[in-house]
Amino acid sequence: MTTDTDAAGTNRAATDSTGSKGTGAAVRETRRTTVTNGPGRPGRPRLTRRGIAGAAAGLAGIVLLVLLPLLNLSLPGVLPGPTYTPGSLQLLAMCMLMAAAALTYHLLLGVAGLLSFGHALYFGAGVYGLAIILQNLDIPLLPAMGLTLLIVIVLAHVVGSISLRVSGIPFAMVTLAFAQAGSVIVGRNPDGRTGGDEGLTLRTDNLPDILVGVANTRNLYWLALAVLVAVFIIVTWVQSSRAGHVAAAVRENELRVRVLGLQPYLVKLLIFVVSAILVSIIGMVFLLLQSGAVPRAMSADLTITLLVMVVLGGVGSRWGAVIGGVFYTILDQRLTTLANSDAIAALPDILRVPLSEPLFILGTLFILVVLFLPGGLTGTAQRLAQRRNRSRGTGAGDSAGNDSTGGHAAGGQSTAAARDILEESA
Amino acid sequence: MTAAAQTRPILTVQGLNAHIAGQQVVEDVSFTVPATGITALLGRNGVGKTSTIKAIIGLIERTGAVELDGERIEKEPTFKIIRSGVGYVPEDREVFSKLTVAENLRLAERDAAPRRQLVEELFPDLLARSGQMAGTLSGGQQQMVSLARALLNTNKILLVDEPTKGLAPKIVAEVAETLAEAAKTVPILLVEQNLHVVRQLAGGAVVVSGGRVVHTGNALEFLDDAELTQQLLGVSTEPAAGKTAAKGAAL
Amino acid sequence: MSTVVLLLFTGLGLGALYFLVAAGLSLIYGLMGVLNFAHGAFLTLGAFTGWEIARRTGSDNWGTFLLSLLVGAAAGAAFAAFTEFVLIRRLYQRHIEQVLITVGLSLAAVALFDGIWGTDPVFIQGPAWFKETTEILGARVPNDRFVCIIAAVLVLLALVFFLKNTRYGMIIRAGVENRSMVTALGIDVRKAFTLVFTIGGAAAGLGGVLASHYFGYVSPMLGGSLLIFAFIVTVIGGLGSLTGAAIAAVAVAVLQQFANFYLGGTGDFVVVLALALVLLFRPSGLLGRTS
Repeated sequence: MTTDTDAAGTNRAATDSTGSKGTGAAVRETRRTTVTNGPGRPGRPRLTRRGIAGAAAGLAGIVLLVLLPLLNLSLPGVLPGPTYTPGSLQLLAMCMLMAAAALTYHLLLGVAGLLSFGHALYFGAGVYGLAIILQNLDIPLLPAMGLTLLIVIVLAHVVGSISLRVSGIPFAMVTLAFAQAGSVIVGRNPDGRTGGDEGLTLRTDNLPDILVGVANTRNLYWLALAVLVAVFIIVTWVQSSRAGHVAAAVRENELRVRVLGLQPYLVKLLIFVVSAILVSIIGMVFLLLQSGAVPRAMSADLTITLLVMVVLGGVGSRWGAVIGGVFYTILDQRLTTLANSDAIAALPDILRVPLSEPLFILGTLFILVVLFLPGGLTGTAQRLAQRRNRSRGTGAGDSAGNDSTGGHAAGGQSTAAARDILEESA
Repeated sequence: MTAAAQTRPILTVQGLNAHIAGQQVVEDVSFTVPATGITALLGRNGVGKTSTIKAIIGLIERTGAVELDGERIEKEPTFKIIRSGVGYVPEDREVFSKLTVAENLRLAERDAAPRRQLVEELFPDLLARSGQMAGTLSGGQQQMVSLARALLNTNKILLVDEPTKGLAPKIVAEVAETLAEAAKTVPILLVEQNLHVVRQLAGGAVVVSGGRVVHTGNALEFLDDAELTQQLLGVSTEPAAGKTAAKGAAL
Repeated sequence: MSTVVLLLFTGLGLGALYFLVAAGLSLIYGLMGVLNFAHGAFLTLGAFTGWEIARRTGSDNWGTFLLSLLVGAAAGAAFAAFTEFVLIRRLYQRHIEQVLITVGLSLAAVALFDGIWGTDPVFIQGPAWFKETTEILGARVPNDRFVCIIAAVLVLLALVFFLKNTRYGMIIRAGVENRSMVTALGIDVRKAFTLVFTIGGAAAGLGGVLASHYFGYVSPMLGGSLLIFAFIVTVIGGLGSLTGAAIAAVAVAVLQQFANFYLGGTGDFVVVLALALVLLFRPSGLLGRTS
């Protein structure tokens, strides 16, 4: 991955720098001293320096994002208006939530190697659970969220423990079936609770005022940003915890992990449940942002969207999931605008019909990425950077390890961690 | 052996490497198989003998050079390698259990004129059971099906992987006899744990350890060298001590 | 009694549709390990081409109906063969990527159908006989149910005959059991891949035309909604088993109909519950390989 010899150590440093401050880094630090033997040490001073630089860059990025609603920046072609306008903030907040949701999917697919087609069930449970509770019970927001969370935890345990009896492709089918049951409930509208195809409008009586109304979009934006940062930190932490390492080891070689006396089933269930809990919280914030619940929140389409985001960004990479989520959300929004534009309407049918369907373009793009860009956007960026470095000669590994590609290194890191587990226990 | 060494080898393996799920199972293996007789591929359990065979015919990812009768085959897909004249008798027989014996054999026919008659003569038992599902056969009978699949066609070489594994002594003798008969017309690369069978059949020997070739030479000379056999195979050739030594090796 | 009979035939008709989708899914998965999310799109394309035939040649006669079945099956087969040959083959043995490709294809295809035929359902009429009923044990069963059942039975028989009595059928059966050994006998198993995709696509296309008559309309979502139940059917039946798919298709559909009627519209949950029970007690499905 890098030109120097301490590749494993460098990658870890790169991931450290990518935004996790404190917990994740600390945990990994202890792990490294106990587990890895040798390679990291010579590069230690440089690692720290780069770690600080990376953390500083991450912090600066977050500060910029926090300040965004107070600034008057325009990104024509990407945002519908200047950054302080509710329309732009709404879109940006949506990007944050989708990026966070993609991160939780990364936990399943990238870390534990679980191809789930039922992730929307928990997102939807968050959306609909909170909407229905707020509708029917007179309790404040936080207790309502706690109650929703409780339901999701039970649901995730039940579905997870059944689905994980099979693995691989059958697991994908089974999770899809369970999610479909959820989607059907929403569509059936039992006792008029879910609103059927129309969905539910958020009842705002018991919500804090600062989260209600178009004027307060920026508060919701900040909330979404906070959720994204929190999810990123938690995902990083889970990934670098012992459970994360065992999960990665299971992904590489389940049989061996089982032979070693570890419990792949329980670890996978843990990852499954954590991922479900996180995405349900994202769903609750999504409800607040959208001021309503729509059936799409519980549909297989949503799971597929998350899958597409993760693959577009690059499987196994945290930053890939974030970038994929943001990229997809903006592209989807832009393509929808484009589809309704006069320029498209004027085209002959053979061009107009496909171009006026955003999902056609996104689906095709997705196929092309899978066929021709293994590793997605981050993987490709990394490869390009590497090629450039190689042509420039030695000592250039630094830039490849940093920023956008740091997340991809996370894949490498968990692979290395997986080996650690296998070797350590051997 | 000396006569065989003078002619061109039928199979040349040069620097073969293979991986399964990221783990190297064959490491820089090189050897040749002469154009006549039986060559034994020996080694302890799990040193990569089966993987070597699979890598030769491309059933697992591999790099290196493999030459069959002067043609390079390491880039070819499995089915083309087989069609160019390789008979493969896999470890554990791998008959199609839900197909009948007749179907198993018919599936294996690739020559325009498969040698059905030969197979019927060698394995009269199979003819009688042609309508039976292969999954319901005994281990020995399944091994007959597996051998018959390879013998139906004209081959340049047979790759035979542990044909006597788990079989009763009487069947082992039958299998050995069949192989000896087949070896009159086609060279065989044989993986075999039963050293009596190896003594009985093999001319040359290639010994693998830790995924590498550690010894090549005459099979009998190798097996007569008790110290070397003990060191490389972990078994003594003296039957009495054989069991305990094998156990020690496994630990 | 008449209600039971009516539910039974309605269930069998629906089961016939599930089978037509699940047969291909199960064979494709069994032979190639590919979970084909685009299978619903094959069905929808079959349904729309069948509808186009009916629209252009006047819907109310048997000739048109038979022609639409033929063209629908051909369209499904062509789409499926294209999918295997152009997209799936490049990713040989990389199962996750293969699933992803079919997911992308399904997204793109459904969007394209939206663009061409609109998102609203288009209604379809078959021969007048379809809407008439036949009395069986006091129940007035709509005739289109019988058409679905007969078609599915014929497809099942044809598939069984093909698998049992042809060389390619033998290769497919052997490949479902142990694909690498088939190649190790010198057989180019990729031809069998294209073939199962084509057969699966044809069955799905046929199923699409029949589904449009069973439900009375075609919409771009038609395939997707049947596909999910077909997935359940293939898991319950045992992946790779054609007979398992047939039995599970009937069981699932009939169960669904009865639960919908007697348990207040809970058919879909009962089906998912059945899936959960099968997974708990027999993870490899009713007729799946026990591993």
